[in-house]
Amino acid sequence: MKKAMIFNIQKFSVHDGPGIRTTVFFKGCPLRCLWCHNPESQNLKQEMLYDREKCVMCGTCEKICPQKAITNVNNSMVTDMSKCDFCGDCVTYCLYEARQIAGKEYTVEEIVKEVVKDKLFYKHSKGGVTLSGGEPLLQIDFVEELLKRLKEENIQTAIDTCGAVSFESLERAAKYADIFLYDLKLMDDEKHKEYIGASNKNIIENLKKLAKIHNNIYIRMPIIEGVNAEVSHIEKVIELIEGLNIKKVYLLPYHDIAKHKYMKLGRDYEEAKMQVPSDEKMNSFKDMFAKKGYEVKIGG
Amino acid sequence: MRGYTERTKRLRHESETTQPSVSLERAILETEFYKENEGKYEIPVMRGLNLLNYMQKRKLYIGKDELIVGEKSEGPQVVPTYPEICAHTVEDMDIMDSRKLVSFKVKPEDKITQKELILPYWEGKATRDKLLDQVSQEWKDCYYAGMFTEFMEQRAPGHTVADDKMYKKGFLDFKREIEEAIEALDFENDLDAYEKRAQLQGMAYSCDAIMVYGKRYAEYARELAAKEEDPKRKEELLWIAGNCDVVPAHKPETFAQCLQMYWFVHVCVTTESNTWDSFSPGRLDQYIYPFYKKEKEEGTMDYGKARELLECLWIKFNNQPAPPKVGITLKESATYTDFANINTGGINPYTGEDGVNEISYIILDTMDEMKLLQPSSNVQISEKNPDEFLHRAVEISRKGWGQPAFYNTEELIQELLNAGKTLEDARFGGSSGCVETGCHGRESYVLTGYFNTPKVLEITLNNGFDKYTNKQIGLKTGNPEDFKSYEELRDAFYKQVDHFIRIKIEGNNIIEKIFAKYMPVTFMSVLTDGCKEKGRDYNAGGAKYNTRYIQVVGIGTITDALASVKYNVFDEKRLTMKELLDATNANFEGYEQVRNLVLNHTPKYGNDDDYADNIMVDVFENVRDKIRGRKTVNGGTYQIDMLPTTCHVYFGSVMTASVNGRLAEKPVTDGISPEKGADTNGPTAVIKSCAKMDHTSTGGTLLNQKFTPSSIAGQEGIENVSALIRAYFEMMGHHIQFNVVDRATLIEAQKNPDENKDLIVRVAGYSDYFNNLEKALQDEIIDRTEQSF
Repeated sequence: MKKAMIFNIQKFSVHDGPGIRTTVFFKGCPLRCLWCHNPESQNLKQEMLYDREKCVMCGTCEKICPQKAITNVNNSMVTDMSKCDFCGDCVTYCLYEARQIAGKEYTVEEIVKEVVKDKLFYKHSKGGVTLSGGEPLLQIDFVEELLKRLKEENIQTAIDTCGAVSFESLERAAKYADIFLYDLKLMDDEKHKEYIGASNKNIIENLKKLAKIHNNIYIRMPIIEGVNAEVSHIEKVIELIEGLNIKKVYLLPYHDIAKHKYMKLGRDYEEAKMQVPSDEKMNSFKDMFAKKGYEVKIGG
Repeated sequence: MRGYTERTKRLRHESETTQPSVSLERAILETEFYKENEGKYEIPVMRGLNLLNYMQKRKLYIGKDELIVGEKSEGPQVVPTYPEICAHTVEDMDIMDSRKLVSFKVKPEDKITQKELILPYWEGKATRDKLLDQVSQEWKDCYYAGMFTEFMEQRAPGHTVADDKMYKKGFLDFKREIEEAIEALDFENDLDAYEKRAQLQGMAYSCDAIMVYGKRYAEYARELAAKEEDPKRKEELLWIAGNCDVVPAHKPETFAQCLQMYWFVHVCVTTESNTWDSFSPGRLDQYIYPFYKKEKEEGTMDYGKARELLECLWIKFNNQPAPPKVGITLKESATYTDFANINTGGINPYTGEDGVNEISYIILDTMDEMKLLQPSSNVQISEKNPDEFLHRAVEISRKGWGQPAFYNTEELIQELLNAGKTLEDARFGGSSGCVETGCHGRESYVLTGYFNTPKVLEITLNNGFDKYTNKQIGLKTGNPEDFKSYEELRDAFYKQVDHFIRIKIEGNNIIEKIFAKYMPVTFMSVLTDGCKEKGRDYNAGGAKYNTRYIQVVGIGTITDALASVKYNVFDEKRLTMKELLDATNANFEGYEQVRNLVLNHTPKYGNDDDYADNIMVDVFENVRDKIRGRKTVNGGTYQIDMLPTTCHVYFGSVMTASVNGRLAEKPVTDGISPEKGADTNGPTAVIKSCAKMDHTSTGGTLLNQKFTPSSIAGQEGIENVSALIRAYFEMMGHHIQFNVVDRATLIEAQKNPDENKDLIVRVAGYSDYFNNLEKALQDEIIDRTEQSF
């Protein structure tokens, strides 16, 4: 049976497409955006998150671990991942919420069972299920089957994609998905490589091709001061999507609440490079799209 | 200042800024009347004459600017006392005078009058004294232990809601019908004819009472008009006099007369007795719309006029704080709110079609502008109602002060049908008080007291012993450490539930008889179908339908507590019963790991998780089935309600820690809400969990849902909240209401009460000033989970 690595199923999600939705977050992403607010979604595998700030070094996890995988190394509880089997005891027994497991395997039916629970809310709000991530299309075989099943359940679906996948994956998803939330982060390819770790050529090409076979694409753009909060960037996006069959644009102002997550993953966060854009700026960008006739929204 | 016109701005300001106080006028007139006439008449006749005497002699009040006239006592925010029901001691009066919250000023000379005139006559005769004299010791032990409360301890049976008969007939008509019923009595064959005659005579005197009151107002208004120098006000006073010439003796002819008719009736019901839930006009928009429409077509009425008159009525409601409560009764309902609750929207009671009309929208505008504690304003939402109406109601509700609350028309009707009412009567149904369901104008439905379900488990886990009063008040169902399975605990728990319900109902049977015998409400009986026909009082089973409710409190806490034992001790075997109980008995001090497991790693109600929710359904059904359908002494039927008012705070305060991690003395859960912080899957999961109980087998359930303001901004916010409501109602949920205030605002208001005097929050089936709430309740509201979009 096919399984996917999921890191969260969020009910009453109202910022990932129309109405009341359930968002299924897939683990694993081909990109490494500097500002990613779900860094625990990037790696395809299960991960152990450890918050050194919350940890009081009580040693409970070390004692409770059946695999003897946890030891005190230089005043920090270090997990030997070659021994850890993600049984979760260290998470349960930690009194300080210092430990967390990111990622859990689900079968298609397990996800369907969970998301159909809110069917009535989708019906009354014209909402549905959004597959997000990470990048859901990295697990396209699973996604395709899940989309088919949701179609059978008469549930509207949206795919939130970074676009950095093979076009074939988008094409397979497009057969069943009702909505695409398509991320555009940087139009300047050099900057794209610098901040995201990959070229944007494939992403842009995929968008053009997708717009030919799908008529309900929302563009989602993170706006980050210091990275892309510039009029020229907005102009380039407009230039790209004009003529494509696209009507909706969501502008997502950058926030730094994910900073803490990087620490828990033991990773660096380059906060100096990124700032929150001003409301005035967000509104002026919004106006630029609105003037061109796009339905544009800040947030969500 | 709030108000659609300068007039209503001034009236509202006066209503809001006047300190509530007590007047002994009613008590003195009643005591003098009783001293003079005691023993001369049958009790119902005496009660009717007593009301007539009060209406003949009481002071009248017409405030500057008023268009609708009549007050329960001498003016706005003045409450009468009811010594025949609760003869306050001087000490009670000192407390109500000086307490910080929900205070009532009492004049020093009135305390002397109370001591020298009122108390010597009523002590031992008041129903409160009779009741405490007659109930068993066992009942008292449970009452003082906080196993349950008793609504009639110092107030009269409530849930008195009007239908539209007062807009179709005047009190001359009602009196004629009563006289015909007296003439038709068959003293040869009807062996109860004597009692019926006394009852009907009492009812006829109460018709006289309201008509005298109306006539005196007409005269008084003319008197003031004669002295009035401002020609505009003179004209208004004559207009008031003209209205009072028509109502209440005759049926109303205009929109304004409808409101004046209702208000006279309201004053009479609430001065006849100190009923719980005061009195309500029920489906007001349905009843008065035809008058509005007719006058509008004739060109004598428009939106502005109707709006100003409705605002005047709203202010009238707000002028009447609930009669002062003391002791445990104050704790279960610590508020000035007197629970008048107006239903707007829903279906047309005659046709069953969409009932939303122009008045429905004017009422929404009125409640939005007035933003008053009273009346409680709610909307009934039918699947037949347009989204426009729902959206407007949500738009007002999300402003954060809890009104309007949302009720489900289709579910209300199903509840009433399940309880044996006809479809025709069910369509006249609605909610009143907090969330309670009844057939307006046809039913006597009375709350009898709250039942502390989580405490039953605490008693079970202590083998029947109550640690709060140090008494063995429960059954000896065994040492829980000897229980071999969850089922053994469950059985013991239900045995204890049986035991405490039995004690509660035994008490109820005594109390219901006391009110039936000694405290008939002859005026209320005129307004309720069945009483005239049967020649029987509203308090004695005279109404067409008679229901007594027991309000089951703490379903969230009890579910999580039972789930905790089942999961940790029996299923996962993470803890022994002894470990769990040792930790609980120590209030979890020194047992942080146990508390972590039960609080953070155990299935909880409110997450759409069947493990916990199945336990909820099991408890709900078992407790319900022990109550529902039982007969009452006056021929009525028992039903349950799932609402708390402020009782969940009181019930928590008489409890030690719970096995789900709830700490000692902290509130238990309100209504059908999950434990604070237990619902981690968002509002749709909460709603799904709540919908798993069969609401239609109750007389009402209450669900509080809190949102942060930012989470429901914009048109999308309105649409999403509306969708939540529609979905919940399709699942046959009964009621939902919203608190939309962020935590920071509440915490700030707690610290600086003076700067936040106007902050109104939703408490239970009503709203209150945040500053009026005791700290434990403030904390509890702060803690209710903030669900965000």
